[in-house]
Parts: sequence; C-alpha cells; structure tokens
Amino acid sequence: MSGADLPAWAAWLVVALAIAGAGVSLTGALGLVRLRTFYERVHAPTLGATLGMALILTSSMVLLSLLEGRLVLRDALIGVFLTITTPVTLLLLARAAAQRDRHEGNPGAPPEI
Amino acid sequence: MSRILRPFLPYPLLSVGLAVTWLLLNAPLSPGSAVLALLVGLTVPAVMRALRPPAVRVRAPSTLARLLVVVLYDMVRSNIDVGRIILGLRRGTRRTGFVAIPLDLREPFGLAVLSIILTATPGTLWVRYDSGTGRLLLHVLDYTDGDEWVRRVKDRYERPLMQIFARGDSA
Repeated sequence: MSGADLPAWAAWLVVALAIAGAGVSLTGALGLVRLRTFYERVHAPTLGATLGMALILTSSMVLLSLLEGRLVLRDALIGVFLTITTPVTLLLLARAAAQRDRHEGNPGAPPEI
Repeated sequence: MSRILRPFLPYPLLSVGLAVTWLLLNAPLSPGSAVLALLVGLTVPAVMRALRPPAVRVRAPSTLARLLVVVLYDMVRSNIDVGRIILGLRRGTRRTGFVAIPLDLREPFGLAVLSIILTATPGTLWVRYDSGTGRLLLHVLDYTDGDEWVRRVKDRYERPLMQIFARGDSA
C-alpha cells in the first residue's frame, strides 16, 4: 500500500495523533518562555519528551503498520531510549543549578537536605 | 538461573533486551535475523562483565504491570496539568516549591527507575538524592501541600518498587 491508497479514516487518525503530539511539544516549548524561574522552566520540555513523544511515535507506528501491512514496532525503541536517557540530562541540569544557587547564595536556592 | 547457564548468560534480562531490540530493528522476522539476534544476545552482555554491574532481580511481575499502568495514567494526567499551567488556563494562585522526601528504597536499580518515573511525570523534578540519609529533594511545579507529595511518591511509586526490587537471599 502506498500513501495515496491510505483510507481516509486512517489518514485522519495518523494526522490527529501527529498534530496532538506536536501540540503537546509546542506547549512544552512555550513553557520555556512563559515560566519564570529555572526550576520551573526545567519542567516544561518534559512534555515533549513524554506525552508529545508518545503521540508522535504512535502516529508513525500506525502509519508504517498500515503501509507495510504488518505490525511495525520499531519506533517504540525510540520511546524506550528517550525515556531512559532524559532523566540523566535533567538530573545534571538540576544539580548544576542547585550547586550554583547555593554557592552564590541566591534567594531561590534549594534547601539543604 | 541455573549454575550451568550462568557463564553463558551473565545478565539474562540484558540478553533478552538486546535480542528483542535486534529483532525489532530488523523486522520482518527471517531465519537470518533470528540467528543474529541470538548471537547478539549471547555475546554482547559479555562486555558488561568489565563494568561489573550488581545483579538485578525483578520480582512481583503483577506489581510491575500495575505500576506501569499507574505511571502511564499519571504521565498523561500530569502532562495535562502542566500544559494547563503553561497556557494559563488554571485559576487561582500557584506556588512552586521544594519537597524533601525520606525514602526507604535503597536499591540502586529501584532508585534509577524512580528517577525515570518522576521525570516521566512532568511537574516533578528530581533535584538531588542523599544516599547517606536517604532523603530525596524534589521540585514540584504545583506545590499544594508538602505531605501530599510525600504520600504520593511513597504510596504510588516507592512501595511497589521496593516489592519489585526486593533484595535476594544471597545479597
């Protein structure tokens, strides 16, 4: 099956999933602009790395499965590796910010535990 | 895991994971890709011996399945919550803050999974964990009541993780 033979309902489903995922990721990107402090802003991009990513990958898997006529789960691997590696970046960012804020005695510094 | 198989399969979960990854990347299934998947699963984990990771034991598969459903539900719900906060759709004042959570979980794999869960649910940020005191510092975007967050992390995530990564008899 080529892209032109895709039934209308399937095309709608694929497009709806992709646009929903892109919308969630865009909201996350908007959060980087709208939120005020560093610790608040770090939360925003995780929208794109979780629900946004899941919706876009589902859209891609539905499209490829229909076009190739079999279940294509390859894209799920992207989800697995993104989910495992994202915390490493965020942890490093948060620790670096906490270290600097404490060192400089900034007002929003995280408390000692 | 029997003693006879141990020299060939030092990390069975890793072997299975690598073989499945290989098969997914080389779908559709063919005899050639199946043989290669088997080879990858058997040989690549030998490299891990050099790193000497501690053995991991996963117990309570039903708890694991339940935790997965809970995390997926929380992921979607917190995505919507954080999205509403960013778009300014939420009324009332919002406070953000740090929450210190005393953790009883000490297993490194359990803590790693907990950090993935807390990252996968937007609105919670893992700031730092002190392995000496076992206290975890979280930043939460919607700080309502500190105790509520402590209960949420401990009841929803920590308790199932402690069952799943319970220490074996040999450890």
